Amino acid sequence: MSTLHFVALAPFIMAVLIPVFYFKFRKIHTGWFVLPLPLVLFIYLLTYIPAGGDPMNPVLNSVPWVPSLGIDFTVYLDGLSLLFSLLITGIGTLVVLYSIYYIANKNGEPLHNFYVYLLMFMGAMLGVVLSDNLIVLYVFWELTSLASSLLIAYWFHKEKSRYGALKSMLITVTGGFSMLAGFSFLYVLTGSFSIQEIIAAAGTISGEPLFITAMLLILVGAFTKSAQFPFHIWLPDAMEAPTPVSAYLHSATMVKAGLYLVARMTPVFGMLTEWFWILVIFGLTTLLWGSVSAVRQTDLKGLLAFSTISQLGLIMSLLGMSSAAMHYGAAGSEALYTTAALAAVFHLINHATFKGSLFMVVGIIDHETGTRDIRKLGGLMTIMPVTFTVSLIGLASMAGLPPFNGFLSKETFFTASLNVASMDILNLETLGFFIPVLAWTASVFTFVYCMIMFVRTFTGRFKPDNYEKHVHEAPAGLLVSPIILGGLVILFGMFPNLLAYTIIEPTMQSILPGLLNGGEQFYVNIYHWHGINAEIMMTIGVVFAGAAITLNLKKWQQTFFFNRERDPLNAVYDSMLDNLVTGSQIVTRAQMTGRLRDYMVYMSIFISALGLWTFFRYDSFAVDLGAQTPVPVYMYIITAVLLISTLALPFVTNRITNIVLIGVVGFVIALLFVVFRAPDLALTQLLVETVVVVLFLLVYRHLPEIKKESVKGWSKAVNAIVAASVGVFVILAGLSVHAMRSASDITPISDFFIENSYTLAGGKNMVNVILVDFRGLDTLLEVLVLGIAALWVVTLVKHRMKGDEDV
Amino acid sequence: MEILMIVTSGVIIAVGVYLLMTRSILRVVFGIVMLAHGAHLLILTLSGLQQGAPPLLTEEAASYADPLPQAVILTAIVISFGITAFLLVLSYRTYKVHQTDDLEELRGNADE
Repeated sequence: MSTLHFVALAPFIMAVLIPVFYFKFRKIHTGWFVLPLPLVLFIYLLTYIPAGGDPMNPVLNSVPWVPSLGIDFTVYLDGLSLLFSLLITGIGTLVVLYSIYYIANKNGEPLHNFYVYLLMFMGAMLGVVLSDNLIVLYVFWELTSLASSLLIAYWFHKEKSRYGALKSMLITVTGGFSMLAGFSFLYVLTGSFSIQEIIAAAGTISGEPLFITAMLLILVGAFTKSAQFPFHIWLPDAMEAPTPVSAYLHSATMVKAGLYLVARMTPVFGMLTEWFWILVIFGLTTLLWGSVSAVRQTDLKGLLAFSTISQLGLIMSLLGMSSAAMHYGAAGSEALYTTAALAAVFHLINHATFKGSLFMVVGIIDHETGTRDIRKLGGLMTIMPVTFTVSLIGLASMAGLPPFNGFLSKETFFTASLNVASMDILNLETLGFFIPVLAWTASVFTFVYCMIMFVRTFTGRFKPDNYEKHVHEAPAGLLVSPIILGGLVILFGMFPNLLAYTIIEPTMQSILPGLLNGGEQFYVNIYHWHGINAEIMMTIGVVFAGAAITLNLKKWQQTFFFNRERDPLNAVYDSMLDNLVTGSQIVTRAQMTGRLRDYMVYMSIFISALGLWTFFRYDSFAVDLGAQTPVPVYMYIITAVLLISTLALPFVTNRITNIVLIGVVGFVIALLFVVFRAPDLALTQLLVETVVVVLFLLVYRHLPEIKKESVKGWSKAVNAIVAASVGVFVILAGLSVHAMRSASDITPISDFFIENSYTLAGGKNMVNVILVDFRGLDTLLEVLVLGIAALWVVTLVKHRMKGDEDV
Repeated sequence: MEILMIVTSGVIIAVGVYLLMTRSILRVVFGIVMLAHGAHLLILTLSGLQQGAPPLLTEEAASYADPLPQAVILTAIVISFGITAFLLVLSYRTYKVHQTDDLEELRGNADE
């Protein structure tokens, strides 16, 4: 166990202790006990940052878990894992601090639940980004889904919380299962669960058909987790969670797990053309869909949820574009092709900072005014100056305005999309133009919803009547975390190269390994002024077009698409869920009729159909007329009696005749046993048949007359056909077995019994010797069966429930 | 003779299956009895109906009928007798409690 293992496991250990703290120290807010943990982890992880522009040396450490299956808890820390671990612990610290002031320690608020779930999530997320083993990664991945659902339904008495939790659970777990299948395929192809070993083997397996399937299945997992179109519908409903949860899980960390997986798998799948196109197309669709949907929202958290979806789509498309660099092989020295990777990593960091701060700001507004509805809000600029300032920074950064970090990442995004569009591989020379066009359109809408949030919340006239509370600025404790994040937005905006060779470059190395020779580094330099070029013109265009749309927003909102708030894809999800329930009810009702007759029909059809099909399929029916013993004349008479009384049974309705017929059949069978040289059988059969007939006659007195069955003719015909087909199957099987027996040269085991029953067991009646000596165990258990049957009978007849109540 | 017996037991089993699909509980019991008969006959037939002596060493014959299937059938007869007796008492109790022997009316509630 290395220290890095404990980084992933510490939150779980802490989670176990939380209830103790909660119940022992009721006066102190439980969050204070949680706070040091992510802070310590964050500081510890900072020590792994490479100093002075040196290349990052990945750390690999393994502890066996299930060695026989190749499952080891291997931690692997490279640039990509480090970036995510720092995000998780860093923002985790701020979120815990924020939640201490957000969720008050009063009225029996179940704080221990909250922090246990939150720590479970934190540990699971660290496990996902630190695991090198796919199965361990999957385990932690599902734990994040579980923790997320628990946190969404934290206020479980609300109907909407439960709906949101169920939805996110169903969608992300579906993706998780698909991902597990993809991982299994990778294991089948490479024989290893280790990501690094799979990357090393990727070149040799890329031709296999399973490889593409594995890629698609893993992408479904990544897309559901990262809320990509059309799986994004769970994210807006997850906004029922407490705001610290939304800020932490649904903007900064969990939804980026899919991005992490895609980045991690780029070295494996990046050479596939499908990988590039799927990521770019779905990413851009999500980007556009999210930004357009965000404009329709009237709830601030809804708006931020769709904005998150849109930004995730942006990063996803950038990750897709960065895989294009792999098609150029060793041409890594040209920054042209790796700009997309740079933009993805940079925007990932930026999004975590500004979206985290924006969620916290919205939480503050909700906390202080009692509403998040932009139709009620307005004029908060002077009432809540600090909140306003932080929001302004976050929104400007999100809209991509200088001098904040969002501007820089948007510029690099435009650069990357223009670069990719100008490539002459992957059919980009014909289709490439749509990438910058879509990117630009989506940016316009991003600008619009940032403007909406700003204008509708902070400007205008303040109307005190709209609020239930006395509105004032938030307490300092609540403001610390958003201020820190807002400060980072400015810091990364002013000095972007702080991150360049410490975080961004090692991460690019993890996403695109093998492009560089030993000791080389990607060229990372982010700065504000590029001169007058296409990107800056695009940004200016975004501002003008966005402003024009914002000014005419009233007209836009009349149109069909904008007057509904819910995503239209929700209707698809809801109807799928409803149809699943009603569909399975229909299927169940159709087969589970509760009639013995129907179940007998199913079983009989299945048995006879399977048997007859086997005969047909293997052409195995055989009949051997020659192997028979001759038939004496009296046998025809006996058989005729037997068959006539048997066949008469279904047609007779008189009960006493029925019983007599049953008796006749039994006695004829006893007679057959006599003919076939089985005296013991004949004796037993005679006795048993007599007792059975007596029993039937005993019950007879208490049962009604057998009614003429009032069933439909076709139902009776079905019964007859099914019964006949079972009979035919039995006959065919019997004939074949008989033919096979005479064709093969078997010595029956009975010769042993015949030879030895006297010498070994001292008995001359071979059947009895077999029953009590050679195979005595059968007899013992048969006696047991009789005993149990007798007990049953006694119980049924004698036993009664209390009073007269029965059955 | 084997083919005759195989066909006979096939017919008996078919009638047993048919009775199992009817509505009267007593007929279902009859069906189970018939199935048992058919199965016993089939076991005996498929082990070969040699025309040897009964499996008693006192006969001192050159060949004997196969004793093993007879032992197996003897066990089966006793077990099927136990089952039949139990089913009969069960149908008696069912009728007493529910006042019907029609399986169609014994289907319980829709939600069960």
